[in-house]
Amino acid sequence: MSLAAGAWGDAMVKFGNGLGAIAGFVGILLLVFLVAGRASGRIARPLAVLVLLGPALVLLLVGLVAPLVRTVYLSLYSDDSSRFVGGENFGWAFTTGSVREVLVNTLLWLVIAPLAATGLGLVLALLVDRMRGQAVYKSLIFMPMAISLVGASIIFKFVYESRDHSQRQIGLLSQLAIWLGWDDPPNWMLAQPLNTFLLMAVMVWVQTGFAMVVLSAAIKAIPDEVTEAARLDGAQGLRLFRHITVPMIRTTVVVVLTTVMITTLKAFDIVRTMTGGNFGTQVLANEMYSQSFVQFNTGRGSALAVILFLAVLPLVAYNILQLRKERAVR
Amino acid sequence: MTPTPTVPSTTVPPPFPARPRRRRRPLAAVALLAVAALTAACSNSTDSSGGSGGGGNQTLSGDCARYQPYAGHGGTTVTVFASILSPESDNLEKSWADFSRCTGIRISYEGSNDFESQLPVRVSGGNAPDFAIVPQPGLLAQMVKSGKVVKPPQQTVANQEKWSPVWKTYGSVNGTFYAAPMSANMKSLVWYSPKTFKQAGYEVPKTWADLMALSDRIAKAGGGAKPWCGGISSGTATGWPATDWLEEVVLGTYGGEVYDQWVNHQVKFSDPKIAAAMRTVADWMQNPAWVNGGYGDVKSIATTTFQDAGAPILTGKCLMLQQASFYKAQWPKDTKIGPDGDIFAFHLPAVDPSVPNPVEGGGEFLTAFASRPEVQAVQNYLSSADWASSRVRTATGWVSANQGVDKSLYTDPIDRLSADALTDPAATFRFDGSDLMPAAVGAGQEWKSLTAWFAEGQSIQKTGRGARRRAPPRGGGARPPPPPPPAPSSRLLPPARFHRPRGFAAAVRRVPSFGSARLPVALVPGIPASW
Repeated sequence: MSLAAGAWGDAMVKFGNGLGAIAGFVGILLLVFLVAGRASGRIARPLAVLVLLGPALVLLLVGLVAPLVRTVYLSLYSDDSSRFVGGENFGWAFTTGSVREVLVNTLLWLVIAPLAATGLGLVLALLVDRMRGQAVYKSLIFMPMAISLVGASIIFKFVYESRDHSQRQIGLLSQLAIWLGWDDPPNWMLAQPLNTFLLMAVMVWVQTGFAMVVLSAAIKAIPDEVTEAARLDGAQGLRLFRHITVPMIRTTVVVVLTTVMITTLKAFDIVRTMTGGNFGTQVLANEMYSQSFVQFNTGRGSALAVILFLAVLPLVAYNILQLRKERAVR
Repeated sequence: MTPTPTVPSTTVPPPFPARPRRRRRPLAAVALLAVAALTAACSNSTDSSGGSGGGGNQTLSGDCARYQPYAGHGGTTVTVFASILSPESDNLEKSWADFSRCTGIRISYEGSNDFESQLPVRVSGGNAPDFAIVPQPGLLAQMVKSGKVVKPPQQTVANQEKWSPVWKTYGSVNGTFYAAPMSANMKSLVWYSPKTFKQAGYEVPKTWADLMALSDRIAKAGGGAKPWCGGISSGTATGWPATDWLEEVVLGTYGGEVYDQWVNHQVKFSDPKIAAAMRTVADWMQNPAWVNGGYGDVKSIATTTFQDAGAPILTGKCLMLQQASFYKAQWPKDTKIGPDGDIFAFHLPAVDPSVPNPVEGGGEFLTAFASRPEVQAVQNYLSSADWASSRVRTATGWVSANQGVDKSLYTDPIDRLSADALTDPAATFRFDGSDLMPAAVGAGQEWKSLTAWFAEGQSIQKTGRGARRRAPPRGGGARPPPPPPPAPSSRLLPPARFHRPRGFAAAVRRVPSFGSARLPVALVPGIPASW
């Protein structure tokens, strides 16, 4: 078969190229290794710094700084990047009704989803901690973390699926509602503003396991002496929790909260999979994608990306500070 | 064919220094990373020109005699790049296998599901294929703008006579014909169940009035069945089936001229004509008594995926669905499709009977980037009725609007139905409008506005305004000139202004379960005026 022969030839060329690349890679590697190894005396230390830090810096520069600068640049230009428009795109983002709705939704996500996930995680951590066979429960609750957000969204899309009340329901939520005596439950995905919260439930479902595991570890790390001392002083139950447990794991709670927050800000998959940003559920990350790659308005898409970046920035900074603090404590 | 290593091969590694310096060992890992980044840039050179050159003046005999016009280029290779993937592409390769065997021209086919974004990259990078099979007039225009598209040879232009003239327009940019259509597909179909119709004594309607009367009759007959079902949910592309409904109605109500003006933005969304068309759609697909069989109320259309939409037809809860010919792939495997089977389709009648046979659809265009003699030979062959017949014979699911193809070759009833409509010289064929409008309108606001129209019962005026309002700030050097005044002679849409590689229908047809997966990255110039 000429077709098969062609495919084989193609594969062989690619294979040869691959081998060549690996060989060249090993060669250069050995060279760098040799040079760095030979160096001694005054240049040894700067060279080591360069070889160790250089690649990371180059990757950061190429993968993070350059796109960042370019995105900021593009956000100041028109839809096809041909004309400088200054802050027009940002003005559009903050004054257009539909985009304002997007910003409000994003804010709702930002506040509710991380709080719910962390709170639920904390409660579960406390409850599961006292159960026998806690490893089993913990892995079960942690399991959704292993599912991608798109996968989780598809699962919940089936849960929220709705049929007319005269038809047989195929969505779990509608059927439950009917069993509970609600004759005509709404079409969940269309019920504004409920649908935004239903989407958040997916995020909470996925992230709760993560919060629980991390918080559970932190609770276990509280020295027994401290709890014992508190018990001897008469603290129990809620008081023990409020005055001992929470202060002792405060930094961990904050780190978990901010981590989930950052994930939430970037939540794009859930909205895209479940509603495509329709029915008033649009969030910033999805609108940015839609502007850039569906409507090809690079200027507006970039402006939204910059807004998103600025919103994440303080969270990341705070997160890192907290992480450092936590490390310093231990 | 010589594999050319792109990096110098290894020399013998120099011996390590005698003194071991443990402190520096971690360098290896870091250097590894650095080099990985460097070598990642290595490109593959996979071009291969197989065989011995030069066929000279060969004479083909026997089986091969019919390929004589294309002979004389033995031992050459022509590359074809397209978005059609296996197994569908296998049928393409089979369809020209005889041609290759006889003429000695090897056709090397490459399919990519990232075609729309890859093609511009390859063309501007100087690595253009000999041919690209382009499903969108907008992408064709973009390619022509790059200056790399080669005009077809005389024979290809002559072959074009077998297609109705409107196709030539869609293969042309600024009035110059570049790309011959290879295939056609039809969107103006209504899927129904012949079995259910027979049991209830319903007749396939021939006119719009009949269709509406039938819908009314079904609705009044009760029994839990509704005449229509529909679904417009499709991920990020949610709303596109609704744009099809509007386009069908505009085309069927006012004919090709107004349709072109609308797509071309000489008639706006706020125009009374379009508002009237939207009312027609509302009376049809937003009639609470008529939709959404098997799913619920009108609003449920917005949350039902287009793939699922027709399923209730099989259970008799819904009787009709307006969807394109590629919807055939959505029926369960054992569904009998045919005039007497479980499922079949009829041609959506024109709203206004004076519009002759309106057909909305799409197609694929063979775009050449080289003018070597063997490339032109292949181009001539692939634009001929011979090749179209060969492809039709190979497997079902491919329709050509070439009038030279014997219709008895179509073994699949839906293919046959589409071919009959598409080759009808009197038919008013128009390309899917939202594929021709700029992305910001066609893929952005129109989808969104029509989705909101179904989901929230937004008023027609507001929907029209929404679809129109989406005009981004304009100006700038690279921008195309404003739309020309409606010249009486240019009735057809010049797609040259739009550079929007989309063609959702084509994408959906290939990936029935996840239509929105292919999102091209090319940029779109501004919209000329307020839509």
